[in-house]
Amino acid sequence: METERWSDDRVEQVVGNLLRIGVLVAAAVAVAGGIAVLVQHGMRQADYGTFTGEAAEFTSIGGIVRGVLALDSRAVVQLGLVLLIATPIARVVFSLVAFLLQRDRLYVVITSIVLAVLLFSLVFGGG
Amino acid sequence: MTVLLMSLLVGLGAFAAGLLGALTGLGGGIVIVPLLTIAFGVDLRYAIGASLVSVIATSSGAAAAYVKEGYTNIRVGMLLEVATTIGALAGAYLAGWISPNAIAVVFAIVLLFTAIQSFRPHTEHLSDDSDRLALRLRLASDYPTPAGRHSYQVRNVPTGFGLMFLAGILSALLGIGSGVVKVLAMDRAMHLPFKVSTTTSNFMIGVTAAASAGVYLSRGYIDPVLALPVMIGVLSGALVGARVLTRAPTRALRLLFTIVVVVLAAEMLYKGVTGTV
Repeated sequence: METERWSDDRVEQVVGNLLRIGVLVAAAVAVAGGIAVLVQHGMRQADYGTFTGEAAEFTSIGGIVRGVLALDSRAVVQLGLVLLIATPIARVVFSLVAFLLQRDRLYVVITSIVLAVLLFSLVFGGG
Repeated sequence: MTVLLMSLLVGLGAFAAGLLGALTGLGGGIVIVPLLTIAFGVDLRYAIGASLVSVIATSSGAAAAYVKEGYTNIRVGMLLEVATTIGALAGAYLAGWISPNAIAVVFAIVLLFTAIQSFRPHTEHLSDDSDRLALRLRLASDYPTPAGRHSYQVRNVPTGFGLMFLAGILSALLGIGSGVVKVLAMDRAMHLPFKVSTTTSNFMIGVTAAASAGVYLSRGYIDPVLALPVMIGVLSGALVGARVLTRAPTRALRLLFTIVVVVLAAEMLYKGVTGTV
C-alpha cells in the first residue's frame, strides 16, 4: 500500500513543491529584513574590502535566533538566508522518508550518507 | 559608497548575471565572485559566501519546475550528491588553507574552461544498455520528449562519481554551482541524455552548495547585507530570463556572455599572479 502511494511521480511532485515553498519563504523573510536594514543602516558606508568575519550574532543558528528576538534587522535577513540553506537539506530529509516508505534500502543508505555530511557541515562547520 | 547605493548597484549587476546565465543556459553564478571582487572591491571570502547563497536560490527555484516535469533523475542525483557534498566539505576546509591569490588563479582556469565548453556543440552520448554497477543501483530511467517518454541507460558510474567529487571541491572553493563539471560527468561519462544531465545537475547544485555554506556561515563569510541583493538580483534575473527565453537571440547572447567570462578570467588571472587579490 505505502509503496504504491509513494510512487516516484508523487515524490517528484512533493519535492518540487518543497523546493518552491522553501525558496519563497526564505526570500520573503530576507527581503522583509532587508527593507528594515536599508531604512536603519542605508546611509552608512559599505565596507567589504577587508575581511573581518561576521559577529557571533550572524554565524550560528542560536546567535541568529537571539538577534531576531532582539529585533535586529540584519539577523532577520540572516535568518532568511539560513532558511534558504535549509531548503535543499529539507529536500534530502524528505527523500529519505520517501525511500523509507518505498522500502528502498539501498537508497535509504545513500540518502542517509548525504544527510550525515550536510548535518556534519552545519554542526561542526566552524571547527 | 553608502550601503543603500551599493545594494542597488550589486542587485543590478546580479540581475544582469542571472538574466544572461538563464538565457545562455550557462548559469549566472560563475560571474558573481569576479563581479563583486573586481567591480566592487569586495574581499574574496565575502564574495564567495554571497555567491554560494545565490547559487542555492537559483538552483532550488529552477529545480522545482524540472523535477515536477519529470526530467530530473532523483536516484542519479542522490547517489552523486554523496560525492559532491564530501567534495564540498573538503573544498571548504581547503579554502582556509590556500591563499586567495591561488584561489583566483583556479577561478580564472574554471572561467576559461566554461567559456570553451559553451562553444562545444551538444551531441548525445547515449548507450543501448547499462553496465553492471548502474543496473545494481537502478539508475536507468526515462524522460519526456516531444515524441513521448524516452528511456535511457547509464554507464561508467565510478568516473562520474570522481568528477562529481571534483565538482564539489570547486563549488566550495569558488562559491559556484560547478554546473559545467556536473553536466560533463553525467552527459559525457555516464551517457545520460543532455536534458537529464542539465536538470539533474541543477537539482544537485543546491545540496552541494548547502554543504559548504554551513561551514562558511560559521566562519563569518556570509554577510547578510551583501548576500541579500546578490541573491534577490540573481534569482529575479533568472526568473525573467526563463520567461523570455524563447524570444531571445541565444547565439548573440552566448557570445556576449563568453566575452564577459573571458575578460573576467583575464582579470582574475592577473590579480592572482600579481598577488593583489
